[in-house]
Amino acid sequence: MPPDLQQDAGLEAVAEQVFTALADPSRRAILAALASGGPATATDLAGRLPITRQAIAKHLALLAQAGLVRAEPGERRRVRYRLRSAPMKVAQQFLAALARDWDGPLGALKEHLDRSAAG
Amino acid sequence: MGFPDRIERTVELAHPPGMVWAALTTAEGLAAWFGDEAAIDLRPGGSARMSWASGYTVEMRVERVEEPTVFGFTWHLEELPEDDPRRTYVEFTLEPAGTGTRLTVVETGFAQLPDDAYRKAYDGHVQGWASELGELAEHLDAP
Repeated sequence: MPPDLQQDAGLEAVAEQVFTALADPSRRAILAALASGGPATATDLAGRLPITRQAIAKHLALLAQAGLVRAEPGERRRVRYRLRSAPMKVAQQFLAALARDWDGPLGALKEHLDRSAAG
Repeated sequence: MGFPDRIERTVELAHPPGMVWAALTTAEGLAAWFGDEAAIDLRPGGSARMSWASGYTVEMRVERVEEPTVFGFTWHLEELPEDDPRRTYVEFTLEPAGTGTRLTVVETGFAQLPDDAYRKAYDGHVQGWASELGELAEHLDAP
């Protein structure tokens, strides 16, 4: 595979993991809590969110695998998780490409040319 | 399907390339179909600007001017912060097709990533992140 296609495939895999991670409301709540409150342990998050500590630990493992959070070194129960926004930016570029709409402007160009030719 | 770094669209127009060229490369032309207001300094490196009644304005930089076949410019991605230097490249190619024109637009550069993205992620960017996340979530929740 040429290098640029390899890179594209890698980026798409990153975007896919981000979308999978965000598809779950509990994981979105965890990310939002880390975004607004800064790094936190699973226990901190369990105190703030209506989610059990066990479920939070499971979600954090998935989020870490997607690269969206990073575990800071520490004792097992005191491991703090911190947001990483890089994968989110990849996903954002993906959405930006999908959102950029050329069909609208090109349709308008067609109409403009027809109007000026008629006028 | 690969990561969409690139958008390509082709449209057949019933008007000769000269007329299409004017619509793409003059302030009057651009304001008539693309922006609500436009200004352009038509030379490589020249600046151009389009604005809309909604208040949105986009600054462009002219990159390629090969009348009447190739017109290229770069512009900012609305999704990125205003001071972010990354831009996408838009290139229009005009080919005669019978008495009309086949116009192709290719926009590339969506898959750009800043070299320091991973570092920056550790150091901050937490500000404004909650809203970005909210927007993404809304995208995903939208029916």
